[in-house]
Amino acid sequence: MIRTENLLRRFGDVVALNNINIHIKPHQTTVIMGGSGSGKTTLLRLIAGLEPPTAGHIWYGKDDLSHITQKRLYQLRAHMGMVFQYSALLNSLNVYDNVAFPLTEHTRLDSSVVRTMVTMKLEQVGLRGFEHFMPSQLSGGMAKRVAFARALAMDPEIVFFDEPTSGLDPISAGVVTSLISNLTKRTKMTSIVVTHDVHAGLGIADHVILLWQGEVIAEGTANEIRHSDDARVRQFIEGRPDGPIPFSRSQTSYVEDLLYKPGTVRMSR
Amino acid sequence: MNKNGAAQDAMWMFFGGLGRWFLRALENMGDAAVLSATSLGYLFMRPWQGKHIVLQLYALGVGSFVIIAITGAFTGMVLALQGYYTLAKFGSESLLGSGVALAIIRELGPVLGALMMIGRAGSSITAEIGIMRVTEQLDALQMMAINPKARVILPRIIAMLIALPILVTMFDIIGLAAGYIVGVELLGVNGGAFIGEMIAKITPMDLYAGWIKALGFGVLIGIISTYMGYRATPTTEGVAKATTQAVVVGSVGVLMLDYILTSFFL
Ligand SMILES: Nc1ncnc2c1ncn2[C@@H]1O[C@H](COP(=O)(O)OP(=O)(O)OP(=O)(O)O)[C@@H](O)[C@H]1O
Ligand SMILES: [Mg+2]
Repeated sequence: MIRTENLLRRFGDVVALNNINIHIKPHQTTVIMGGSGSGKTTLLRLIAGLEPPTAGHIWYGKDDLSHITQKRLYQLRAHMGMVFQYSALLNSLNVYDNVAFPLTEHTRLDSSVVRTMVTMKLEQVGLRGFEHFMPSQLSGGMAKRVAFARALAMDPEIVFFDEPTSGLDPISAGVVTSLISNLTKRTKMTSIVVTHDVHAGLGIADHVILLWQGEVIAEGTANEIRHSDDARVRQFIEGRPDGPIPFSRSQTSYVEDLLYKPGTVRMSR
Repeated sequence: MNKNGAAQDAMWMFFGGLGRWFLRALENMGDAAVLSATSLGYLFMRPWQGKHIVLQLYALGVGSFVIIAITGAFTGMVLALQGYYTLAKFGSESLLGSGVALAIIRELGPVLGALMMIGRAGSSITAEIGIMRVTEQLDALQMMAINPKARVILPRIIAMLIALPILVTMFDIIGLAAGYIVGVELLGVNGGAFIGEMIAKITPMDLYAGWIKALGFGVLIGIISTYMGYRATPTTEGVAKATTQAVVVGSVGVLMLDYILTSFFL
């Protein structure tokens, strides 16, 4: 249903994503994994249409995001939800109004119906009773759960999750991950989850995409990834510091950087 | 390298820098014009943003009233004092009313009102939008199919454009009243002469000139403060810098536009 074609994204000289061709199947949970800086958030933002790719295409069925009218994009987005890495709650509104926001903006529902729906969403994330809190009064994990409730408010068909469990305690993280997999199984939701939490990611994934330095290095079901014999994949899922993926991404020699004196010419390795 | 060459190099660097600065300024002006024009275009499209315009009008206008009133009062008082001592030298204290009124209505009301609004409301618009950018609230709006240009930028520009003429009118009235109190009650100028001169010398054209200036400054402040916030580098530093820039560019812009408008009306 969602397909990318030779996606390229550059930030100045940095190639954040290169040659990405992926397929996101409907009614499944697709998990995008990879180390810090591997391009996960960038890929999610491109697919969600928040940033244009430097080159390549993103297809939603027959709609190409690079050649889409704003009206059509907003029509598609009426069926999308997104949980941002840092929540992105509207600061000027309290918890209730944040969760109710998509409903009051896009539907003509009676306020009592909205109240019921918001209460249900807040109950799902365990935050019923916090309706009057302002975002600044919430902890990071609570804000994340409110963002979760907001993303689900319209019962969307496609939901993007950027690190849904980071900053959450193990219990909340467990609730949130099981919520994602339950909603995807029971309703006809399509989930696209970005995470570097291998355990949680493989636990809920129908399909896994592994990114490294802006490129897809492995793709498959959770089991295929678990039993992959690609050295890079093994290193990532086992979390070993040594292996083909260097922990440090520096291009220059450590010794030379330590001995570097201002005014001298720096050598590249 | 000889001394002459170094001087020449320095000169090239200076003019090169100036040229680049000028080009960047032009580019920014172009971008700001495009952003505000597209945003204002949503005024005629659904969904209608009336509610948000009113909310902003309330936040910007009512919130700025006190500072405008204080500035207006002291401006009128100082003008009356200064005017009195100058006019007294020629024995024409009776002209005080018209002097204070003309200065306030044509010049000081719009300009000082606008400068206070930049500090009070323009900077907060820039900071607010900049923080919405940093914390991805603008992206969150996009994902909820709400256009930030229509929802965030448009209402603020329109509110600024409506609020400033109203606030400037209040500035004028309070300034004149304060000038009257200082001139008549404190310094002993004849009250009838003060008011009579004032009414005799002020033409409708003076009032229009003041309002048109206020309108122009309102549009300018609205455009600059929303643009600076929207295009802020998404970091804490970026927002801080954008806010300072909005105040500096806005103030200089108001003074420049004031000169241009004044030369039209004289
Ligand atoms: N706005 C930007 N400007 C410049 N470079 C950027 C920008 N956004 C991302 N990058 C670069 O693109 C690369 C990928 O960043 P991205 O945020 O997608 O990583 P990520 O996989 O989400 O990492 P994390 O797990 O830490 O969130 C990084 O090298 C980053 O420096
Ligand atoms: Mg990220």
